[in-house]
Amino acid sequence: MSELIFNKNGQMVSRDTIDGDIATLNLGPTHPATHGIFQNVLKVDGERIIEAEQTVGYIHRAFEKLAERRPYNQITPITDRLNYCSSPINNFGWHMTVEKLAGIEVPKKVDYMRVIIMELARIADHLVCNSVIGVDTGALTGFTYMFQEREKIYDLYEEVCGARLTTNIGRIGGFERDFSPTFWAKLKKFVDEFPAKFNEFDQLLTRNRIFMDRVIGAGPISAERAISYGFAGPNLRAAGVDYDVRVMSPYSSYEDFQFDIPVGKDGDTFDRYMVRQEEIRQSLNIIKQAMEKMPTGDYHANVPDFYLPPKEEVYRSMESLIYHFKIIMGEMTIPKGEVYHAVEGGNGELGYYLVSDGGRTPYRLHFRRPCFIYYQAYPEMIKDSVLSDAILTMSSMNVIAGELDA
Amino acid sequence: MSSNTETFIAKISSELGENGKMEIDQFQMINFSISKDQSHSFVQLLRDQFGFNFLTDLCASHYPNREGSEFEVVYHMHNWVENIRLRIHVGLSKENLEIPSLTDLFAAANWMERETFDFYGIQFLNHPNLKRILNMDEMDYHPLRKEYALEDETRDDKNNNFFGR
Repeated sequence: MSELIFNKNGQMVSRDTIDGDIATLNLGPTHPATHGIFQNVLKVDGERIIEAEQTVGYIHRAFEKLAERRPYNQITPITDRLNYCSSPINNFGWHMTVEKLAGIEVPKKVDYMRVIIMELARIADHLVCNSVIGVDTGALTGFTYMFQEREKIYDLYEEVCGARLTTNIGRIGGFERDFSPTFWAKLKKFVDEFPAKFNEFDQLLTRNRIFMDRVIGAGPISAERAISYGFAGPNLRAAGVDYDVRVMSPYSSYEDFQFDIPVGKDGDTFDRYMVRQEEIRQSLNIIKQAMEKMPTGDYHANVPDFYLPPKEEVYRSMESLIYHFKIIMGEMTIPKGEVYHAVEGGNGELGYYLVSDGGRTPYRLHFRRPCFIYYQAYPEMIKDSVLSDAILTMSSMNVIAGELDA
Repeated sequence: MSSNTETFIAKISSELGENGKMEIDQFQMINFSISKDQSHSFVQLLRDQFGFNFLTDLCASHYPNREGSEFEVVYHMHNWVENIRLRIHVGLSKENLEIPSLTDLFAAANWMERETFDFYGIQFLNHPNLKRILNMDEMDYHPLRKEYALEDETRDDKNNNFFGR
């Protein structure tokens, strides 16, 4: 017998016969409200969702297979295309995985430089997510203003590595060049000016009656279910679990910084939104600390086997030429071994499981992609809600197609 | 290594007994090798008695030259209270790629097992919906196996010795 629920007249009826008709609705694959290629086949009764099934894989690019034929430094551009809203975190996560396997110690300065870029990336990622929640509730204004701020973060990436979206930032062992004075000036300007703009955005949505009515209670998940579903990152913290890789398994000197881990209570869209809002503030705080405490030293580790020599040296000295040739041809000496390294990506624990057999390419590389793992909870979260809440739930989970499909 | 980890290692080695091997690698990761008959009960033991509440990752890899265990299913688990990570290897022979599913223990295992099935053809027993997830349904092979070279093998203008495997 099917489950009993209340219909709109307050009578208890079987779920299957609430209004008589159950319609199948095909949401996606390309739907303007889903921000990416996601297909959901929904069974709806009126506007109430009874069942949902997702289809994923529309932009599957076989990264794990590709990685088995690429030298280690050529895998960085692949990682760009996982969560493309925060590419630098993916890049550094990969670099740190290789460094861990090869036993490379990077200078403290590299750690701090990475922290600055990673936290900028986190801000950019969360800004996109939160402003898009605004768009899906009908408030386009915040989105346009916050994209302006995101542009400034992209300008900062550009100053460091020359690229904006798919950054390929940094190298195994550090950075290709030191932060320029222009970068520092732009960063200082950003850190000074961003909070005012961000507070304006915050006032636009948070405590706005219309926004609150839309987001509170939309797509909730309990802490227990979230853990079982492998949630991580802001979505898990919104459900009230204070798990953060930066604190649990610190990497890149995160133990040197003071920051809070915001947690929610109900795991609904509002909590996810609020957790991300607070994380943006915390990230800004971390950036300020890193700017103050920035150590002096070299911007890369002294590992000629992995880190390209300066170009002028390549033309002058035989040794540099050999190293240059070896690295470009992918003949780095990587020890055998098996390593798992995780970083706190924009969406949670982004893990790299790397098996090396000592060859020029990884023997096996698996990406633990947070989106892929938590998106499977989506049908459970939107069950019994209305279609407009389902759209909101998806945007507040920040499902990024690139990371979902790898 | 923290004292928590040492206590855990001492306890689990007595539980493990003859059923599997344990070793700690150079990255302080605890590695277990378990037979597939034991895998489900071992994961359940870790979850219920040792606080490994989080299935971090589930994937497989293919070692064509390992006689008798050509495939390997790899689990990563994490104990959040004592902050211990561990990895479990389950070797599978290419003749029999069946292994119990973990979907009854962790909801997260559902798609990760589907992905593993999709890429390696590992059959997860008692999985509620074991079908391809990232590749198209019509595909008739499991692409991440090592016999499928990334490049066209009939080409003779590229020497594989110079260009990867």
